[in-house]
This record gives sequence, structure tokens and C-alpha cells, in this order.
Amino acid sequence: MLYELIDTGNSRSFPAAHALLEKAEGHADAVVIIGENAAQALQTLAVRERKTVVLIELGTEALGVHTGERRGKEGSNVLGFARFRLGSADPTNLVEVVRQPRTPDAAVAAAKEIFGAAGLQVSICGDFDGRILDRLVRPYFNAALRRLDEGLGSADDLDKTLELGLGYPEGPIKLLERTGLEHHYDLTKALYDALGDPAYAPARRARVAKQRESK
Amino acid sequence: MSEIKTVGVAGSGTMGAGIAIVAARAGFRTIVFDARADALERARQQTEGFFAKSVERGKLTVEQVTTIMGGLSGTTDIAALAACDIVVEAVFEDLKVKHAVCAQLNEVCPPHAIFASNTSTLSISEIASGSGRDERFVGMHFCLPAQLMKLVEMSPGLRTSGETFETAWDFCKALGQIPVRTKDNPGFILNYFLVPFNNDAIRMVEAGVAAPADIDCAVKTALGYPMGPLELLDLVGLDTHLLVAEALYASTHEPRAAVPPLVKRMIAAGQLGRKSGQGFYSYRGNAMFGG
Repeated sequence: MLYELIDTGNSRSFPAAHALLEKAEGHADAVVIIGENAAQALQTLAVRERKTVVLIELGTEALGVHTGERRGKEGSNVLGFARFRLGSADPTNLVEVVRQPRTPDAAVAAAKEIFGAAGLQVSICGDFDGRILDRLVRPYFNAALRRLDEGLGSADDLDKTLELGLGYPEGPIKLLERTGLEHHYDLTKALYDALGDPAYAPARRARVAKQRESK
Repeated sequence: MSEIKTVGVAGSGTMGAGIAIVAARAGFRTIVFDARADALERARQQTEGFFAKSVERGKLTVEQVTTIMGGLSGTTDIAALAACDIVVEAVFEDLKVKHAVCAQLNEVCPPHAIFASNTSTLSISEIASGSGRDERFVGMHFCLPAQLMKLVEMSPGLRTSGETFETAWDFCKALGQIPVRTKDNPGFILNYFLVPFNNDAIRMVEAGVAAPADIDCAVKTALGYPMGPLELLDLVGLDTHLLVAEALYASTHEPRAAVPPLVKRMIAAGQLGRKSGQGFYSYRGNAMFGG
């Protein structure tokens, strides 16, 4: 499927060369908007309602912020997306595509086709805080950091248990150290503010890393 | 420090049989006790099947298996464990049942013998309190299937002596396993993290955040886990997950350990996972369909 790319700069999903960027055409019925000013580009996009699909890169905000919402009946040809990325690590091959209750199936199918053709895996999710992965992993990361403080096991033994017992490629402590505890703080703090669920309250070690970063 | 030569395993269910394979394969004389003769027979057949495959795959020779099987015996008489230097109990996950078995073992085993519990969710200190030898009692939680998984979570109870823990730790390494040390906390490390994580994934399906296949795809692609949480739950069985999660919740009261209501609805509807042909996914033969 042909698509046009609007790059507004400093994309967190596509910070470097990628097939998705290379395959874009000049003008097409589908549009992919990336970068930090994606919201502005969406608002000024001409004949946006006539496009098959408009894919807008999201930060941590909801898709509804860009499209508006209507009593659970919202949904259009505009879908949100973000390539999952942990802190300072490179983006993964996973793109979370955000749909709304009434998003046409054809628009979802077009999104899958565009990302799939660029070699990316797509998971579709509703317009929920934290989407799939942040919503799922942040409480687990916080629990691991808390349990390290409480002496459930050493950092190495906590990691080793999850690696050997469940086949995880990397235990939680090692992973958070590699990708930046302060980044975990930012993500989990935003979810804690949004959801009010104590499971997302930043663990002490993440808070310390954040405080040291801003020193 | 006493040397371990003879290993007892109490309970010949899936875990007990696996632990016995590990001990016998490592060269220990191994005696498996189970009051039910049919359970012993089933374990014997599974063990023979497992070693036959080890020979097929070139991991062991026929002669080695003959030697291993020669050192492995089963009994319905608990008194046969009198010869043991360590007994690993892998009986039903219920404190009263474990207390009853440990009390019997305490009668027949020599004073130097160490008792180890393979519990996954109960407290080592609590089980030890009914054993008559709480200083020579230790937690040794093997992973399923024990004969293939190297990890063992080892936990001292509140009264476990340092010498007992060290002896058990060395024994674990002599088995060819990899021990990690954890506190005597509900779920130790593995289940303490896994059960709430799986519950969170179920809650996401329940709330309509994403379909099971999308959640599993995200976890495998982005985090590199070998299985997504919902595939794993289908494999484990939702009935089994319910038992483990309820035990963990009862001892921690942590909200993430609480079983989401969807689990009981699925169990009521016969959607237990792979074994019933339907869980978060549908199974027809060996193929898996949709979310």
C-alpha cells in the first residue's frame, strides 16, 4: 500500500533510517505522521477525511486527544501508533497501533499492511493509558525494584530466577539498568498519575535515579 | 557436615517424579515414596519414557540408563525412607497434608536427615514447624518440568540452621541444578512475579485493552519472552492458575495477586486452556487459532 510520510522531526519511534521511512511515496491515500509535532501536522492535513488511513505517532497521550471523543462512539480513519521502546534502548520491532471503538476495520487492516511491509510486528490495542506494554510491565518492574530493596533475593538472583525459570532474555534489574531507571520513573509516574493505582507508583530506586539525573 | 548419598522423594506426582529423575540421574540412590501404588506405577512409566527419549537424543547411553534405573526405586512404605540423608517432599500443596507427611517422615528418618520442601506457595517456616526438625528443614522449589529446568529456588525458614542450608545448597549443585537464594516469602521469586503479571494480562483482556493474541505478540516481540502470558496460562491451565493465585493472594493480600473474575467465568464455561481445547485461544488438534 502506498503511503505518504510527514516527518515533523525527533521521532521517538523512528530515530534512524528504517524501511518504513524509505518505502514512503510523495503523495498517497495513506499518511504516516511521525515526530514531535505530529499533532500540528494532523490538524493541518488537507482532505484528511478522504484518506484510507492516517497514522499518527503518539507519545504517552491518548489518541482521543487528537481526534476528540463521542460517548464511546468515536472512531475514524485516524489511528495512533508508537513503536515500543524502553528508555534509552533502540526501538523494538513492535508497533502498538491504537484504535477507537468505531474505527473502521479497513483502516486497521491498512495500518497492519503498512507496518507489516516495513518488517514490523503490529499489536492492535484500544485507547487505554499505557497501551499494552507499559500498562503490563511497569507494575512488574516496580515490584522487582521494591523486592530488591526488601532483600527477597540479590539483584543477580532475581534476574537469574526469571531468566532460567521463565526464559526471559534479561531479568528486570539488568534490563532497567541497561535502559535507564530514570526513564522507567517517567513512564510509571505518568501512569500512576493517570490511573491512581499504587502498582504504578515509582519504586524508590527509580525515584533516586530520577533525582540524581536532575542534580 | 553429613554427606548425602541417599535421596528420598515423598510424593510421585509430576513434580516428585521429575525430582526423582534429577536425583537418580546425578548418581544418588533415590527412593520414591507414595502411598498410592498406581501413582508410583505411573511415575515409573513416565520415568522410563523420559530416559528412553534421553537415549534417543544421544544424551545418555542404554548402559547409563540401566545404572540410573538400578539406583531408583519406588515404595508405598514410608519406613523405606529410613535410609535417606535428605528427603524432598512434593506432596499435595496443603499445609495439613505436608505436616502429616513430615511428621511421619520425622519418625522414620535418621536424626541427621534434612527435609526439603518443594512447595511453590506455602511458607517454609510454617511447613517446618510441623516437621519436628525445623532446624534441618529447607525450601527447595524446583521448576516444572524438574527434569529439564535447572533452576531451584532455595529458601531457609526462620529456624533453618546455616549448616543445613549449606548442605542443601551443595546437594542442589551436586544434582546438576542451579540454586538461587530467596527469602521465605509467598511465591518466592518466580511465582511472586509471574502470578501477578499473568493476572494483569488477564485484566487487560477483561477490560478490552487488547485481544490475547495482540498482548502475546507485543510481549514476545518487544521483550523477547518465549511465550506470551495468555499462551502460558492456556498451557498451565486456568484451574491451576486459580489455585496458585488464590494461595498467593491469601498470604499476601496484594491486589495484583487477586484472581480476576474472568478466570472463574472461563473455568465455569469449561475454558481451562489447552487441555480442554479452549482457553484464551481455541485449540483443534495441535493447531492454535485466533484470540
